[in-house]
Amino acid sequence: MSKKPSAIADTKAESAVKATDYALAPVNAALSSTQRIELYRTMIRIRRFEERSLRAYQSKNPSGGTNIGGFLHLYIGQEAVAVGCCSLMGKNDHVITAYRDHGHAIAVGMDTKPLMAELYGKITGCSKGKGGSMHYFSPDKNFWGGHGIVGGQVPLGTGLAYALKYQGKKGAAMTFMGDGAVNQGAVHEAYNLASLWNLPVVFVIENNGYSMGTSQARSSAGQLAKRAEGYDMAWGQCDGHDVYEVRALMDKHLTLAREQSRPSTVEIDTYRYRGHSVADPDNTYRTKAEIEEYRNKKDPIQVSLQKLLAEGVLTEASAGKIDAEARAEAENSADFADASPYPTPDDIQKDVYWESDHPTERKSEGRLFFD
Amino acid sequence: MPQITYREAIRHALAEELARDPNVVVMGEEVAQFNGAYKVTDGLLATFGPTRIVDTPISEAGFIGLGVGASMLGIRPVMELMFWSFYSVAFDQILNNAANVRYMSGGQINCPIVIRGPANGGTNVGATHSHTPENVLANHPGVKVVVPATAYDAKGLLKSAIRDNDPVFFLENTILYGDKGEVPEAEYVIPLGKADVKRAGTDLTIVTYGRCVIHSLKAAEVLEKDHGISVEVVDLRTIRPLDFDTVLASVKKTNRVLIVEEQKPFASVGTQLAYMIQREAFDDLDGPIHRLTTIDAPAIYSPPVETEQLPNPGRVIKAVLAAMA
Repeated sequence: MSKKPSAIADTKAESAVKATDYALAPVNAALSSTQRIELYRTMIRIRRFEERSLRAYQSKNPSGGTNIGGFLHLYIGQEAVAVGCCSLMGKNDHVITAYRDHGHAIAVGMDTKPLMAELYGKITGCSKGKGGSMHYFSPDKNFWGGHGIVGGQVPLGTGLAYALKYQGKKGAAMTFMGDGAVNQGAVHEAYNLASLWNLPVVFVIENNGYSMGTSQARSSAGQLAKRAEGYDMAWGQCDGHDVYEVRALMDKHLTLAREQSRPSTVEIDTYRYRGHSVADPDNTYRTKAEIEEYRNKKDPIQVSLQKLLAEGVLTEASAGKIDAEARAEAENSADFADASPYPTPDDIQKDVYWESDHPTERKSEGRLFFD
Repeated sequence: MPQITYREAIRHALAEELARDPNVVVMGEEVAQFNGAYKVTDGLLATFGPTRIVDTPISEAGFIGLGVGASMLGIRPVMELMFWSFYSVAFDQILNNAANVRYMSGGQINCPIVIRGPANGGTNVGATHSHTPENVLANHPGVKVVVPATAYDAKGLLKSAIRDNDPVFFLENTILYGDKGEVPEAEYVIPLGKADVKRAGTDLTIVTYGRCVIHSLKAAEVLEKDHGISVEVVDLRTIRPLDFDTVLASVKKTNRVLIVEEQKPFASVGTQLAYMIQREAFDDLDGPIHRLTTIDAPAIYSPPVETEQLPNPGRVIKAVLAAMA
């Protein structure tokens, strides 16, 4: 894999934590056994949900039709990133991400039933079957999508931070993007605005090494997070296979945002085992051996499990129970999705305008829709 | 009633809404310290301070996107585009994010943003600065599009736009900024989606909006005096939502229609209007629907020729005479 080694390059925000003892970082040392188990549980819930969604994608429904249409960008292999970051959320912290959004949605606490139903295009989906895989939203969980255009969500996340600052709230907007997004102009415009205006945003680059089928070496000059220096922002980098390491670094950057209202950029090295989307045959740009090496040596769920076993927080039996529960939850979500109705043609023109959805409060006149 | 300019009317609307609602923020290039590239925001910084009146870098995708994001959390940003022509570099933020976020979230999110600025030709600034994107914008369900022609309309419509919970795109006109009109001192709002019959007539209906309303009114005077033709001028004021009932009522009265618009002809606002008129008033028409548009080419620079490329009173008169023939 043509990535740089994931050394900590935390040049501006001084790291108080050595690479070897992330579990001892204050933010992790403070975790109760239950909280440690929850981190593991959330990661495995994401994994089982997505594996179940992939099976649904690849099979037909009882009527012989498609269970899931369009794209399905799986997060499998990257779970420690979303779980580590979102586990640090306080009530005024917000999250926005790109189209590989299932992990973040589960990590912020969305129920998996409406998430699976959304993939199935059902009215019980979290967006009533109107958004699909790439467009999960849950404002009640401070989760603002789920965005389909590479880099397009980064100015939006900066705007969430702007609103927090304007409203005098001490929070941070975690704005996730992939390594492919760093070459989009909108990202750089957002970096500049965030730094110029001292906005409490943490730009999180989830670097899985490939922007679709193009490796980092073939797409991006220089170290990705280091581009922050051009905007006078602090930056940091860490390995994203260990949820404790993710939390240790993110905690510092979130504190910088909340306490000093300064933006920063974090690059988290991670890896996806599946193709860019389910439509990617994944046989042109990387080797099976590379995928297997990550799966065998750096899998975030295995890394976490081994630590929890070593800590004595979990046993093989209790870990097996958590996995069984995650599998059952995924299965239940699929059953729920399968049993749910589709939207009707009458639903197509709902949720277009606030005003058309609130006809008694409508102030404008005239035709909103045309045929 | 006091006479104020179209520019002042917009400024008054901004000032009143800034004073009324602390969530309203005015943001854009040169809106604060420079007092506005076209002086629309002149003096607002002095009154409301830098937290409410915010200068941005030349970075439309960044700051428009920032405004969309902030609006999701309850801010009511009024973003100025120095020219609507610059929408092209923020297209993804305007027409993917602002237009779609409510739908894609299943109605969980609304985006109460206003984007405003001039969208017109006729100032000899060439093709890059002369776009009239109201048709492109209105093609996106989820957005509202307003194109005011007078000071009175600009003020009342902008106040409604700022209070609206959906994204509203407000297209002004640099040539109209200095035009004066009667504007009451007492507060008023004009609902979006309400057309206005700017001149009553019996022989032919001109359906129009924006600066073409002014051209059409001038032409109507000449047509009345020199040709004895009584023209009714319907100003749409808002493109989406569209007050088609007022259009229909006028067409049923005059039985002849000319659409006048500062648009390129292919898939313009007028294209949609013509479709709707023939569909809903076919039996009321005494002749084909006529249309006058910008001549179909990128905006020419050459000053005297640009005047002829755009609709103007002379071209409107010719078009009416052709429609009456």
